[in-house]
Amino acid sequence: MTTRPVIGVLALQGAVDLHKPHIEALGGEFRAVKTPAQFKDVDGYILPGGESTTMLKLIETFDLWDVLADEFASKPVWGICAGSILLATHVTNPAQKSFARLPITVQRNGYGRQLDSHISKVCDYDVSFIRAPVITDAAQCAILASHEGQPVWVQQGNAMASTFHPETNLSAPSPMHKRFLDLI
Amino acid sequence: MSSNVITIKTGLAEMLKGGVIMDVVTADQAKVAEDAGAVAVMALERVPSDIRAAGGVARMSPPELVQEIMESVSIPVMAKCRIGHFAEAQILEAIGVDFIDESEVLTPADEDYHIYKHDYKVPFVCGAKDLGEALRRIGEGAALMRTKGEPGTGNIVEAVRHLRQINQDIQRITRLSDEELMTEARDLGAPFELVRMVKEQGRLPVPNFAAGGVATPADAALCMQLGAETVFVGSGIFKSEDPAKFAKAIVKATAHYNDPKAVLEASKGLGEAMRGTALETLEDSERMANRGW
Repeated sequence: MTTRPVIGVLALQGAVDLHKPHIEALGGEFRAVKTPAQFKDVDGYILPGGESTTMLKLIETFDLWDVLADEFASKPVWGICAGSILLATHVTNPAQKSFARLPITVQRNGYGRQLDSHISKVCDYDVSFIRAPVITDAAQCAILASHEGQPVWVQQGNAMASTFHPETNLSAPSPMHKRFLDLI
Repeated sequence: MSSNVITIKTGLAEMLKGGVIMDVVTADQAKVAEDAGAVAVMALERVPSDIRAAGGVARMSPPELVQEIMESVSIPVMAKCRIGHFAEAQILEAIGVDFIDESEVLTPADEDYHIYKHDYKVPFVCGAKDLGEALRRIGEGAALMRTKGEPGTGNIVEAVRHLRQINQDIQRITRLSDEELMTEARDLGAPFELVRMVKEQGRLPVPNFAAGGVATPADAALCMQLGAETVFVGSGIFKSEDPAKFAKAIVKATAHYNDPKAVLEASKGLGEAMRGTALETLEDSERMANRGW
């Protein structure tokens, strides 16, 4: 692509701005998006970390479910932590609604509470798992990275999910952001 | 690797941005908060306005209450300990809460020393009235700052004062030359390295939220436009006429704080907000923001 790809970070709630340096370091344009008018120009979506229940409530409150489902279906998407929960086919602990954009099953807070948050090596990078979910089934996906025997970074077609946060402490651009922008 | 590192602690604070953290005193209230879209709840025995009314000594909540609330919701649960009361903080860490608020809402346990927060795996949030106070707490290991405001009053004036003060302090530092920084650190009573970091980054080294007096969707929008990255709502929700409605409305207004039409919509049909307190009616000794230093 010759023009700068517009990366829309869904900005209803969560860790949005941390993606800006990563996206810009790769020649993309960062936009925090939360209304249908802002969705039109987006070339690919990052669903950021945050609280998935809060994001779901806001999507319902502002009647964004259908428009987001259409947007996600037609464009590259990357869900991080809470975002991976929104993209999953199935969610457990507890069960909740999701976009089913990526064929994975995700267990919320799979490692436990904040005391179980940790920094671990993924692809030789120290990345943060913060009240992270666990991907319990990703049989139909390419596994890009695993941690303690479980997939933590997966992809199918132009949809990607990671349960860790490359945006919080990796220097920009992170290899995960690079892979995502290559999908655009 | 250990989880006792600051990036893991500030990381959770980052995840809470753009949201509303609500004070709750029962598991039922916690569910109301979660259903309304709260990003976290603060588990308390009494909300600040009731603490004011009750008088006496306000302490950490009973462990059973905190645990019951933790079991009732899937969002993060915070709890308060008294300023300087590290044994209460140790208990809260043993319970496994997600964040500890070393809070001026409770009666201070130590008038000279705050808790050394680097020693804990659990992240801490602390209140501040100005940049010097914020950097002292960050120096001790706080992973998140909030304004002190004046809790339990439903009066936003002190939170606004503290947000503006911190913004002004940061702007002043960004204009200083390197040789002026040490004198500034002395005047602020703040660690030099953190003052230098503020100059380089033009912001606090950790996220900064608003707290203390938020009672309406407009209050939340005001704080967010003044640079707060999330709002804590204490008495404002469960002391209003219709808590579930108020909770949802404040969440909506916070998500679209820059869009007056959205804040307008959120402000309609709510019934009465909590009854507020004019600050002139408070004695200095009743001002919670004066606790800690």
